[in-house]
Amino acid sequence: MQYLLMLYANEAGWPTLTPEQREQAMGAYTAYTEALRKADVLRGSNRLRPSTAATTVRVTEGQAQVLDGPYADSKEQLGGYYLIDVPDLDAAISWASRCPGASHGTIEVRPVWS
Amino acid sequence: MTSSDEQAHSTAEAVARRSYGKLVALLAARSHDVGAAEEALSEAFASALATWPRNGCPENPEGWLLTAARRKLIDQGRRRDKGKLAAAQAELLEDALEESDADARIPDQRLALMFACAHPAIDPGIRAPLILQLVLGLDAARIGSAFLVAPSTMGQRLSRAKSKIRTAGIPFRIPGRQELPARIGAVLDAVYAAFAEGWSDPEGIDAARRDLAEEALFLARLVAELLPDEAEVLGLCALLLHAEARRQARRNAEGHYVPLADQAPTDWNASMIEEAEALLRRASALHSIGRYQLEAALQSAHVARRRSGRADWTAVVVLYDALLALTGSPVVALNRALAVAEIEGAAAALQLIDELAEDSRLDEYQPYWVARAELSARTGAAPQAHAAYDLAIGLSRDPAVRRFLQGRKAALPYSPRSTARSPDSAQ
Repeated sequence: MQYLLMLYANEAGWPTLTPEQREQAMGAYTAYTEALRKADVLRGSNRLRPSTAATTVRVTEGQAQVLDGPYADSKEQLGGYYLIDVPDLDAAISWASRCPGASHGTIEVRPVWS
Repeated sequence: MTSSDEQAHSTAEAVARRSYGKLVALLAARSHDVGAAEEALSEAFASALATWPRNGCPENPEGWLLTAARRKLIDQGRRRDKGKLAAAQAELLEDALEESDADARIPDQRLALMFACAHPAIDPGIRAPLILQLVLGLDAARIGSAFLVAPSTMGQRLSRAKSKIRTAGIPFRIPGRQELPARIGAVLDAVYAAFAEGWSDPEGIDAARRDLAEEALFLARLVAELLPDEAEVLGLCALLLHAEARRQARRNAEGHYVPLADQAPTDWNASMIEEAEALLRRASALHSIGRYQLEAALQSAHVARRRSGRADWTAVVVLYDALLALTGSPVVALNRALAVAEIEGAAAALQLIDELAEDSRLDEYQPYWVARAELSARTGAAPQAHAAYDLAIGLSRDPAVRRFLQGRKAALPYSPRSTARSPDSAQ
């Protein structure tokens, strides 16, 4: 089954890190991504730019309403995702709990419709 | 009803009770679609009741039902989708059908099914109902009435949980050695919750609830049979047996409530107590203490007066200390205070209870007010006892308990309307 691991985190945290801490954090993600690839479960992954770069679009009565900012104005924002292919939810949870994002934010595990 | 009808019915009922969960687990093993498995199984039971009286009961009723249910599943698949995919699936299933006919032994995956029902991704409140439905085959109306939830609401919550099992990909699997300690707790909690719902009908008037305690005991025994070396599993089994052993003793011949301290040990079920004690000894040999073993040990200390004539209060306090360290629960602290009262007196216990009064979780907890009332009465503080009894009576769900508390209140040497007599006369 395919699962999307959605990484939510407080965006205010990143700018407060020292360059060394950022490097460490990036290293942790690189290692994690490599582990997913080696296990042959990785189907896709991306890091997103901060939600200040987000634009929201909705069409009402044929008119596109375009707004500045993310869909939900909450403290924790979607910052990236991993698409993985594993046998069941337990395997997905096991990968999610090893993701660096699980230690400084929250990961939502969603099965992909198939 | 003819005798062959009756025999068909009783065989089907016996198979249903023994094998329902086994068959559901097996039928849903590949698809994880427990809803479809249940539907197919209920159709298979209906065909059994139609054909068994005519043709006689099959030699292997379980295998017969499995084969029939598998055919229904194939039909379901064909009905739902007439495309190629369904045909391929049907072939796969038909292969499985041949296998099962060759091998009449049905593997027991009920425990794996229970782990799926009590998976951390399932809402804790629905885990016990889900196990009762999928492992024992109880219907939503019966489960709803036991859990005091409208049948339609219970039905909706159950089907939502079943759909989560399928769509989220929750596995049917017994967790490995490393994960087991973290996961077994949820299964045991669900079985305990089912028992507690049944236990709260002390008169056994409400059949759905009375039976629920028996069903939970059946589940606890089943888990103990399948995981014989897990100390907490044995502990839960022992706890439920101890509680069940005293079920009848909670009422006297007139239907009046009898508190534990006033129960005659001869009214307890001795063989259940023996079984509980043996389980507890086996559990303690495994050297892995936990909540259920401690609670069972407490029950054991309470019934020690079967032999010695007196409950072992020192042991009770020590056990409550351990349980309190483990759970931090105000309810445990309350019960510990009551045990302290037996050793150091009511005044010392009241002092402990005063410290608990700040915990708002106890504001509407009936046993807290009963404890306050009883201890106040014993220290001669009749006005305080009177007020506490009023609250306890108001919070009691069980009419027999209400009557009992009203009697205790009436026995106080105090009435708010008359001039209070000396508090000393309470002693």
